[in-house]
Order: sequence, then C-alpha cells, then structure tokens
Amino acid sequence: MKNQIQIILKDHIKDVQGDKIQKVAQSFLNINTGKVKTGKIFNVMYDLNEDQVSRFANLGLKDEIIHDVYINSLYQDPFYKSFVLVAKLPGVTDDEGISAQKTLMDILVLNLDTNTQHIYTEDIYLFESELEAGALKKLAEELLGNKLIHHFEYGKFTGKVEYVPEVQIVSDDKQQTIDLDVDDDALQNISKDMLLSLNMEEMLTIQAHFADEKVIKYRNDKGLSVEPTDCEMEILAQTWSEHCKHKEFAASINYKNLDTDEEETIDSLFKTYIRQSTEIIRERLKKAGNNWLLKIFTDNAGVVKIDDESVFVWKVETHNSPSAIDPYGGAITGILGNNRDPLGTGIGGGKLLFNTNVLCFGTPNYDKELLPGQLHPRRIMEGVRHGIEDGGNKSGIPTVNGSIIFDDRYSGKPLVYCGTGGVMPYQFAGVNSWLKPIDDGDLIIMAGGRVGKDGIHGATFSSAEIDEHSPQSAVQIGSPITQKLLGDFLQEAALRGLIKCSTDNGAGGLSSSVGELAEIIGGAVVNLEKVPLKYANLKPWEIYVSESQERMTLVVEEHNKEALFELAEEREVEISEIGKFTSTGFIDVRHDKRKVAYLDMKFLHEGVPKKYLEAEWKKPELSEPVIPSNLDYNEILIKLMKSDNICSREDVIRQYDHEVKGKTIIKPLMGEGGKIPQDAAVMRIDFNSFEGIAISNGICPKFGDLDAYEMSAGAFDEAIRQIISVGGKLPDINDDTNRFWTVNDNFCVPDSAFDPVTNPDGKLKLAKLVQMNKALFDMSTFYNIPMTSGKDSMKNDFKSGDIKISVPPTILYSIVAKIDDVRRTVTSNFKVEGDLIYILGETYNELGASEFYKLFGELGKNVPKVRIENADRLYKKIMKANELALIASCHDLSDGGLATAITECTFTDNSGADIELGALSGIGVNVALFSESHSRFIVSVNLDNKKKFEEILTKDAFYLGKVTSDNKLLINSNGEKLIDTSTNDLQSAWGKGLA
Amino acid sequence: MKKVKALVISGYGINCEEELAAAYKLAGAESRIVHLNDIFLEKEYIHEYDILNFPGGFSFGDDLGSGKVLANKMKYKKMGSGKTLLEEIKVFLSQGKFILGICNGFQFLVKMGLLPNTKSNFDQEVTLTRNNSAKYEDRWVYLKKNPKCTTPFLTDIDIMPCPVRHGEGKLIIKDELINAEILKQNLSAFSYCDADGNITSEYPINPNGADLDCAALTNSTGQVLGMMPHPEAFLSLYNHPNWGQMKRQNPNINEDGDGLKIFRNIVNHLRDSHS
Repeated sequence: MKNQIQIILKDHIKDVQGDKIQKVAQSFLNINTGKVKTGKIFNVMYDLNEDQVSRFANLGLKDEIIHDVYINSLYQDPFYKSFVLVAKLPGVTDDEGISAQKTLMDILVLNLDTNTQHIYTEDIYLFESELEAGALKKLAEELLGNKLIHHFEYGKFTGKVEYVPEVQIVSDDKQQTIDLDVDDDALQNISKDMLLSLNMEEMLTIQAHFADEKVIKYRNDKGLSVEPTDCEMEILAQTWSEHCKHKEFAASINYKNLDTDEEETIDSLFKTYIRQSTEIIRERLKKAGNNWLLKIFTDNAGVVKIDDESVFVWKVETHNSPSAIDPYGGAITGILGNNRDPLGTGIGGGKLLFNTNVLCFGTPNYDKELLPGQLHPRRIMEGVRHGIEDGGNKSGIPTVNGSIIFDDRYSGKPLVYCGTGGVMPYQFAGVNSWLKPIDDGDLIIMAGGRVGKDGIHGATFSSAEIDEHSPQSAVQIGSPITQKLLGDFLQEAALRGLIKCSTDNGAGGLSSSVGELAEIIGGAVVNLEKVPLKYANLKPWEIYVSESQERMTLVVEEHNKEALFELAEEREVEISEIGKFTSTGFIDVRHDKRKVAYLDMKFLHEGVPKKYLEAEWKKPELSEPVIPSNLDYNEILIKLMKSDNICSREDVIRQYDHEVKGKTIIKPLMGEGGKIPQDAAVMRIDFNSFEGIAISNGICPKFGDLDAYEMSAGAFDEAIRQIISVGGKLPDINDDTNRFWTVNDNFCVPDSAFDPVTNPDGKLKLAKLVQMNKALFDMSTFYNIPMTSGKDSMKNDFKSGDIKISVPPTILYSIVAKIDDVRRTVTSNFKVEGDLIYILGETYNELGASEFYKLFGELGKNVPKVRIENADRLYKKIMKANELALIASCHDLSDGGLATAITECTFTDNSGADIELGALSGIGVNVALFSESHSRFIVSVNLDNKKKFEEILTKDAFYLGKVTSDNKLLINSNGEKLIDTSTNDLQSAWGKGLA
Repeated sequence: MKKVKALVISGYGINCEEELAAAYKLAGAESRIVHLNDIFLEKEYIHEYDILNFPGGFSFGDDLGSGKVLANKMKYKKMGSGKTLLEEIKVFLSQGKFILGICNGFQFLVKMGLLPNTKSNFDQEVTLTRNNSAKYEDRWVYLKKNPKCTTPFLTDIDIMPCPVRHGEGKLIIKDELINAEILKQNLSAFSYCDADGNITSEYPINPNGADLDCAALTNSTGQVLGMMPHPEAFLSLYNHPNWGQMKRQNPNINEDGDGLKIFRNIVNHLRDSHS
C-alpha cells in the first residue's frame, strides 16, 4: 500500500524558493501569485508498517530545525487558495526518490531493492492568490515544470494527491521480422514508419544485403529468419545514422565557386581537411622526434602527452536538439554524456579536470510570437544554465570558462557545446592508458544506470504514442550522482588493473558501444536478458538501442571478474556481465534462447553508401553603411557595454563552481572584487608542480554573414590569441617538452543538403561549410595546431508548419595548450596606476558585422580578416616579452573592439585609463574605437620595462596612454575628447545587461 | 618524530577530497583518502588517524537537503560490529582527536549533531539550508575570526579571504537558547565580513544570509570545526582571484595561500601534543 509523507517548511522559516517563484512569476509571466509555499511529497510504495513510516519520515526525511512533517494527510491552510502539483511522468529520473530509498534502508536497517523506483517524489506549490486554471497552467508549464517530463495538477487544493508515476507496460517482448522484398515506395515507408531515418539508397543497400544468397545461407544455418529482425534494422539505422557515421562530412562534394568558375570534387570534408591537417602535423612532429600526439580521431576523445607520467584527454561536443525541447534535461545530459567521453577513452577511468561550455541562444528580449513547441530564449537559457550548474557542480568538475552568444537565429534551436578535459596516468597496471586492447573471449560488462525506454529514437518519438503510464522516452534527465559513483568506481578499477578497456554508452546505447568495441576484435555475443532493466517488459531491440544515461561498457578479462564485481558492490555501482567479445566477424545478439540479431560486422560498419552533395559559392552583395557623424561616444560606449553580446555574464558564471579541485589559476572573472573577464582559463595539473594548461574557445558566427572562410579563420585565431594573451606559447615542432596544443572542432550548421523544395539554398549553405573547412586546414597546418577530436551537428533547423528557423553556420574551436609555469601567466585587469597602455596588432577598417554597426541595425561589408603571418610575428614577440615578464596585463580584442576591451580592464575600484588615440585615429575614430580586427591585444606595462618592451614589440605596439586610479575612462583623439566617463557607470551598465 | 595522520573521507558524491588531502601533505602531515564505505565495511578504521576530515561536494546529490542522507548513514547504519559510525566518532573525540568538515562536510556535521553540540548530547541544534539568494554561488568572501574562539584550527588567524561555493550555506539556529549558548561558548568561529574585517549581513558580503553572519562553527572543546568556505581551495597564492595584482604590488609575496594556515595550525598542534 502507498504511504504518503509530506515535508514542508515551518511557518517561521523563510521559503526562499517560494519567494523566488513569486518574484519570477510576476516579472516574466505577469502573474501575481501572492505568497508561495513549497513542499515535497514522498509516495512510498514499499510495504511498511505505521511505526516504520513514522521513523522514516521523522528521522530520515525531516530536518527538525526547519521542517514539519505530515503522514498520509497533506498540509492545508485556507490562506493558500490555489495550488500546482508537479510530478514526474512515468520513467523520468527521480534521483531524490532513489536517495530516499537508500536512507530508508539505513534508518530501518532493512535490505530492500533500491535499484528500481519505489519512492516517487512530487513538488507541491501553494499560492496565496486564487488563480484561475489558465494562470496555474501557465505557471506549471512555463515556470515550475515542462509538460514533456512532468504531470501537473492544479486548482483549489482539496488536500489530496493521488497520482503516482509508476511505469506499467503491457507485456510484449515479441520480435518482428521485416519483409524487405517490397517495392521502393513500401521500402521508404518502412524507414519512415519505424523512425529509422534511412534514405532510399540506404534501404536499397540493406534490401540487397538480405537478398544475397550467402547471407541467406548463413542465416538459415544459424537459425535466423531470412528477413531482418526489428533489432537488426534498428542496429543498422543506429550505426548508419548521421550522428554515428557523419555521412555528410564523409560525402563526396562537388564544389563550384560561381565567382571564379572554379570547380572541384572534395572526397570527404573530414578526410580532406580535418584529418589531413592533423596527419600532416603528426608527420612533422614524428620527423622532429617530438610526437606528443598519442591518439587522434579513433576513440571517444583525443589524447596528447603531458609527460612520461601522464596524458591529457579531452572532448567537446554538442547537445542542441534535446536542449531545445527540455533545456535543463538536454544540458545536464549533454554535460554528463560529454564527461563520459574522456572517461571512456582508451582503458578509461581518467580523472576529469574541467568543463567548458559555449552557448548560443536567441536574444533574451525576443519578442516574436513563439511557434508551437518553441520555448522562449530566456527560458532556454535559464534551463541550460541550470543543467550546466548541476551537471558540473554535482560532479565536482569545475566549469572554468565559456561563452554565451545571442542571435535570434538560435531562437529555434539553441547550440549547447559541452567540453570536458581529463588526465590519465601514462600507464594503468603497465599498459599505456590510451590503448584499447580487446581479445577473443573478453567479457562485456555494463556498468552504471539501468536500462529503460529512455532516448529511443530520441526526439522523433511521437507524442501520440504516449499515454499516462507509458514511460517518457523523448527527454532524459541526467543523474550526476549516479555518474559520480560510476566515475569514481571506474578510476579505482582502472588503477587496480581490473578493466582492460572501456567506452561510454551514449547515442545508440549498447548497439553503439558494443558495436564500436567489437570492431576492434571482430565480433561479439550479447545476451540481452542479462541487462538489468528499470522496469519490466522492454522489447529486445529497445534494450539494445536504449540511450539510458550514466552507463559505461567495460571490457574485462575473466580472471578479474570476481574482484571487479566485489569492488562494484562496495562502491554501490551496479554492473552486469552481458556477453563476450569474439572474432567471428559477426554481432550476435540474443535474448534468452532467441536469436535477435546476427549481422556481418563488415556490412554493418562499411556498408553504408556514400553520399553525394552539391555546393555552390557566390559572394553576397554587401555594402558599407553611412554612420551619422557627431556621435556621442560616451553614450555609444554605455550602449555597447550593456548590449547582449558584451554585457557581464557574472550572474551565470557565479552559479558554476569554477574552482573545485583547487587547481584553477585564471578563472572566468578576476581582479579585486572578481569582476574582470579573462581570455583563456588556466589550470595547474597537479599540486606538486606548477605545470598547467590554458583552455580557450573561439567562436564568431556573425562574421559568417560576410565571409564563411574568414569567420572560421577568425574563430581559430580568437582561440589562439586568447592563449597567447594569458602567456601561452605557440607550438614548436622542434620543442621537446611536449608543449602540446590540441583542438576540438565543432561544426553546427543548418541543413546543407540541397533540395529544390525544402532547402533551396542548400548549395550555398554547403559552400559555406566547405569554406569553413578550408580555413580550418590553413590555420591548423600553418601553426601546427592539430585537431584531436570534434563533432559535427548538421541539422540545426527548427521547423513548425511552413516556418523554419535555421542557425547561422557556426564553428567553435576549443583549444587546450600546455603552460610551462602557471605562476607566469598574465591576467587581463590593469594592475597599477601609471602603467603604460599599448594596443598590439594592426587595426583595419573592418567594422563589418561589428557590435558597433549592430547599434545602427547595419551589417556592413568589411569582414575582419586573419593576416596569418602578421599574427604569427606578433604572437612570437608577445611570447618573448612574457619570457621576460614585461607584460603586466593583457586582454584580447573581440566584440566591441578597442573601446570595450579597455573598459573591461578597468573594472576594479580605483582604476581607470587616460588614452590618446593619436595616429591610430588616422583610420577614422569609429574604426579605431570599434573595429573588430583580429589578432590584437590591450596590454599594460610597468614604466620600468618600457624600453625592453618596445625593443621587442617595435612597430607592433602602439602607445595609447596610462593606467589611472580615478575611476575615469578618458579617450582623446589628437586632443579632441571622445570619451570622458566614469568607469563605475560603465561597469554598472555592463553589469545589468542580462538582468 | 611521529607524523600526524589525516584521514580524508571520499565517496557518495563527495568531491573535494583531493585538494583536502593535498592540504595536509603541504602542511607536513600524512594524508590518506578512504572511501566511506570501506569504513562501514571495517576495512579501514578511523582510530588509526589523528584527524578525521569530511570534504565538500554533493553527497547523494544534496537530495533530501545537503548532508542529510550521509548524516542518516552515520547515525543509523550498523557496521559489522553492530555499532554505528557516530558511536565510533564519539569514541574518537573522547580520545582528544580532531574533526574538520568543509562545506558539504559541515552541513553533514550539523545534521549529525556534532556541531555546535552546546549540550554535548549530539542533538541537532542548527541547520544549513538554502541561501537567501536562492542560488548556488561561487564567490570569494572575507572571514573574521572570533577572537574569543580558541579552537587550535584557527590560531593566529584574524581576517582570511576564502571562496564559498554552495547553495545551502545559510545557518539557521533552532531557538534563542541555542543562539545564546553559541554566543556564550564562543562557538561561532568565523563570521562573514568586508575587506576591513567589519562583520555584516549585507549580501553578497554575507553570501547566504546566515544567522550571526556565521561561516564556521566549532564545539566547546574546539576539537570539531565545520566551515562553509573552502580553505583547501586556497592552498596557493595563485588560487586568489587577484593574485596578479597582489604579486605586482608585492613582488616578494608569499606564494602560499592563506587557507593553508588552518591545516598547518592543526598539524602543528597535533605534532606538539604528540611530542
């Protein structure tokens, strides 16, 4: 029988959460809730007696200082006239319920099943105001929960809540076979009806495979149907998905430049540009005998060498579509999923060192009517932020830097880039840690969370199929605590040499993880009945492709099995032996005695037909605008400082733990009072040395409206210059100290496959993608900065009826570079009154797509260009100046140009700057102040170091003025006053931007 | 001379164990990270150590309130010996040994009744709950030591900068009587203050709205210290958000972080009392 326990704050205790809800309801939804009281309900389904329930409630759940407890009767007070109940839908992660189960076991000294859900938690909100159903529904769906994952009840509170989200599935583990001996239309319909996302050519390839006499023969011999099973079709669809096979990056592309009439065929963007650039660099490194590139592209994450003791492993990827429909769940699942990439690289079990996140949203004040299914950008931002907070903080991984970009083209699909770096010892139990050895007969062990219907077919899951007891599968909520226990266990197991190697279970579930590992040795047998389930009655194929989170697949040798199971039990991590690796050349999946799938590995991994795509480039027609003269530059600067893309991110940053582990040396905000934004993050690697890494992100999609090549090159340069800014050193092929640089490239583009009806400008979009790749190749091979991992996300369009909101083609370059001594790094804040201020690097008339033009609603034409030789020369000079510790502060120039960068450097008490642009204004005051030319910095230098500094920098440094202490920013142009304003006012405008 | 031995607890979502273990090593002690379950399984014994440490983190994801599930485990879960770990901890304290809890560790010490323990009966007398800002926040604060507080952890400390990183750090005291006892026995060890040492409840100087602006509590014997801020995240000058300017203004500045003082204090105290 069900027992219901409610925990509610005592009346004299401030209801912090309730107060916040009252405030937000008023400001965002314009609903006056009056006072709000929050409470939590625990529905306990274990069979317990009255005394047990009372002990559990009073000792286990109640905090006696602040809580009242109600058992089988809920709190009621006529003061509160309406209510909303937020319960989870069946199958949605309920961590708090699981934790309650664990504490119940401790308190009652009982041995209970805590792996499946028996305690269901619900949140109840009581409102002073008598609100109508419409307002309560709005509160429920737009503030308190999300209808994709929550069940709501609202109205006048009667004192009863009956709903319990138990999963009940009518028993059906039947297996179907699929008749492919049909005409083309029917074949296409099979793909559509089964949600396989396989195109006609792919379906025909599969049809031909199963009609092949050799295939028919071995299927007969093995006792399988001639027709493929549902599970086999699902495995093929998953393995051949864009997500897993990157078919568009592997496609053959016919690229035409209509401006020059040049035409070329590109055989795979990935091979031609990304892989090739890194191979070239690897060859150069090998030749010089300094190969720190240990693993590229072939595993969950790339690996580089730190020293003879340790290696660095990291991965950045995206989680866009899930974040569009459930921002919190999408982001937290993205972070935790991305954490499992470095965790499951090579042998696995590395220590995760940091997270980094780059986010692209619609503007916070988006005022267009929302389309069905579209969430407001502010809501997406708050949900994603919260997901990153919980994903990082609860895992004990510092979120050390990131970036937020606003553009209404991201209002349909936000971009959520998650990156994670980690360190592995060079060897685990005598084996190089980045290797993935597997032998015939090794055991397949699944570790971590249980399997449910989560994520099957992801977002395409049709809502029509959902009833009140069907498990919610489209959206998943990550469980950081489950993963933390799993990660800690894995580290311990790897150190003890108990696991041979591992990989994560992400997209595609077991089908993907076992499939990829089986490729190494050549086959596997999987027994699905041994996979532990969250609830009964899943179909075999569902078990195999489910994307239930917080799972890893481990490869274990028989003789380590017992010790591994013992450790898992001690660490409260569930692990299960589910099969064996073989060298038969087949993936052999069974459920009890039934054959579920028997697929030829070669066909599975190499059978997918190649795509052919067309790209056509034509320069856009653009012009430079006329900007009014006699501008009030004080006002312009204030406007820029509070603009969406420049204003302070402090409120967001402070809600991320950026210093757990005690190794963060340059945090996102530094200086007295912690206000000043920094360029790259810097971390030390260990407590016994000052060796470290710098972490940066380069992204500037706005320039893509002018020139996709320069946008991509500019983003690459931005990531490099941020590392130079904090004191990093460019790679040197001949350097033998493992001074590694490693890039994750992440492309997020709109649908770029031409279709005359649905995507008429597809060829141009693809041409932009080609150009972005060409820039990647040029930048990478010039600097010897290799890609070690990355990802592409190809369909970032939000469709509703005839309306399509497509993201601008976006590339993020995330870079990590080794730092010799973190104590010698440089922060961006001005340090001491009287220090000399210089701008480094040439400023050009490049106001195209600038934040300055945006104030006037203009795009312009002149795109900032990367002048690679000049940049290289400057960066090397800065390196030299830093070797002599001549630079007191350094800040790179980006959005808003010189004026905003100088302003940011002054954001402490008693700081300011007195600037004379002098000759710099020869190119025009607007250009001097606001151009966003690349490869530039604002530095301050101690007067004592002036001579040495100028000798090194020569004409690349242009003297501007001095650091002052009067909280004033003065900028003159040849004696004429342009800006004379208080830095406090600038800081306050900047600080309020996102509020 | 015998080395001071520090035990640092890990597992169940605790996540600051490595920097805490590093703190003791830098302070000259031996430190060892042990999974809490190994103690429950009696593979490891707390009595082999001089100081028991509960690091920060999110044990059980802060479900049911921060530190609550872990406190329940300590109070109610029976070990093979039939005893609870709380009973072992009482023995540990009776031998004059020390306990430190930071952030999640502090939350769990108060919910277990170890702090402030004004009546020495291990009843829960205070709690740590949601910040008034309704936010988790990572920010640096200043701490003013209560000059009348004699715990050896805080010898010779006056004002100390330190990061806080929590969403549930607001101290709520059960009633006036307990409040009076805390004041009388000088158990509020650190208060949030401005850069000049003026104690205030003004946000964000006091980041969470704690009663008494209290950031740390000790017990009457000074053996147990719990604090919301993270001294183990300030072992090096280079953890400070303004290290660049501090170093420029004082090129000979000590490269140790102020947080290290707390660990040196207790290690030195234990070493002196050993000898």
